[in-house]
Amino acid sequence: MVTMAATANHIEVRDLRLSYGMKEVIHGISFDVRQHEILGVIGPAQSGKSSLLRCLNRTIDFTPDTHVSGTIEVDGEDVRKTGNVYALRRKIGMVAPLPVGLPLSIYDNVAFAPRCAGLNRKSDLDTIVEQCLRQAALWDEVKDRLDSLGTKLSGGQQQRLTIARALSHEPEILCLDEFSIAIDPVTTMRIEDVLKELRRHMTIVLVTNLTQQARRLADRTMFMWKGEIVELDTTDVIFSEKPKDQRTRDYVEGIFG
Amino acid sequence: MNALPASSRFTETPAVRRKLRQEALAKWIFCAMAAAMVVPLLLIVGYLVVRAAPSLNLEFLLEVPKRGMTEGGIWPALIGTLYLVFISLAVSAPIGILAAVYLNEYARDNWFNRVINLAVINLAGVPSIVHALFGLGAFVYAARFGYSIISASLTLAIMTLPVIIASTREALASVPRSFREACWNVGATRWQTIKAIVLPNSISGILTGVILQVSRAAGETAPVMFTGVVFFKSVERGDLLPYYLNEQCMALSMHLYTISTQVPGVQPSIPFATAVVLLALVVIVNATAISLRVYLRSRKKW
Repeated sequence: MVTMAATANHIEVRDLRLSYGMKEVIHGISFDVRQHEILGVIGPAQSGKSSLLRCLNRTIDFTPDTHVSGTIEVDGEDVRKTGNVYALRRKIGMVAPLPVGLPLSIYDNVAFAPRCAGLNRKSDLDTIVEQCLRQAALWDEVKDRLDSLGTKLSGGQQQRLTIARALSHEPEILCLDEFSIAIDPVTTMRIEDVLKELRRHMTIVLVTNLTQQARRLADRTMFMWKGEIVELDTTDVIFSEKPKDQRTRDYVEGIFG
Repeated sequence: MNALPASSRFTETPAVRRKLRQEALAKWIFCAMAAAMVVPLLLIVGYLVVRAAPSLNLEFLLEVPKRGMTEGGIWPALIGTLYLVFISLAVSAPIGILAAVYLNEYARDNWFNRVINLAVINLAGVPSIVHALFGLGAFVYAARFGYSIISASLTLAIMTLPVIIASTREALASVPRSFREACWNVGATRWQTIKAIVLPNSISGILTGVILQVSRAAGETAPVMFTGVVFFKSVERGDLLPYYLNEQCMALSMHLYTISTQVPGVQPSIPFATAVVLLALVVIVNATAISLRVYLRSRKKW
């Protein structure tokens, strides 16, 4: 994937600040995400990783009393000035830490986003549902019971259903927020294989608490701590003997954090 | 400190015995209080049914009052109460549910919405006699509906509205926020989220809240007696549509009050039978609400 690294930036973040009420949680960070790379974001709890993702697709708007400044550009368009926030959210697939099967059938879970976007042809929806469930490595397990409830699936299956739903609106960027905290290692490895497959078509931002997961998957890795970027470099450098910052080295070696 | 010898761990000290005694006593006191609550209910229902027995039959329901309301049945009052309840809830349920959806799903925390919230809470605390005076001023005089079914129903609607808003908000809030966030993440608008996820999964709670207001609207006397319910109205026996909306009507609660206190020489079983009918109405409505909730909860999806 190294050959891809030279292509344009998919996301450009400049001097992003975020406060909840009076408390600033992201202190002016700037970074780029390149086309078709997997950017790993590591860091301890409360370092602003999840909040950062919520700024990207502007679901931060749903939290009262937040203040955002700086710019976030996706494909050159400032997300905070965009006229169509729903199109922005369709462009960015988002997978939350805990699996959420909506209280709908498996089929409707995946068809929900296309329907919201105005797609209603049964044949089109059938195609999307099958394709997304296949991409999320869930199709073989559920193809005979697409009418049963998404909420009745096991945790690991629900997480793959969540990923299928995030893929259903044909995103160009996929953000995963600690997707593996509620699922077992075997399922985690299956989803990691899925991600390796998906990076061909899309840019992936992978927020994770498992530093080894970033090491396995990410092209570049960003270490965040207390709302700041300590270091952003290729994964090889971050996990090598000598990252630039001592804190990065301590964190990836498990000395603190 | 060293651990106690193993044998002494399980010996009963006076402190342990006292603790166990208190525990047993506490449990009995709480249980007795809970049981005591059932006693008045049984006494009331039993007493009413026994005294009402001579009049309790289908004729009593369908017949109109006779001989200056001293004999006969309660048909005009029964049908009047149904009119009032149905119309008032037809007004307050849609307004209340839609208002609650706004307050729970859309409203941000600003002064405008805080004022609305405050208004809802205070409106719920206003005594029914004050609602009656408001209805008299607003609907009977200002809106020129006169003393009529429509005025009385609207007064009841105002009275039930805040409670419907409160119960609907509670039902909406019981749908986990993670469902909403999952919908927003895939580009759904708030309304698409509400339509697809929030309402279908809170409808049982919403309906229960509305149905429970039926019994409240049926039982209140004050708000309707100032605004549209009268002492006596001549109606055909068993007539299902005896009233026009701009007319006054009879109602069970008011009827019970008048035949118990205002009319001399009423057959003694009639007031009791009227009370039993009113009580039965409430019980039927509550039972409907409970079975609806049980049914919808059995289909709960998470």
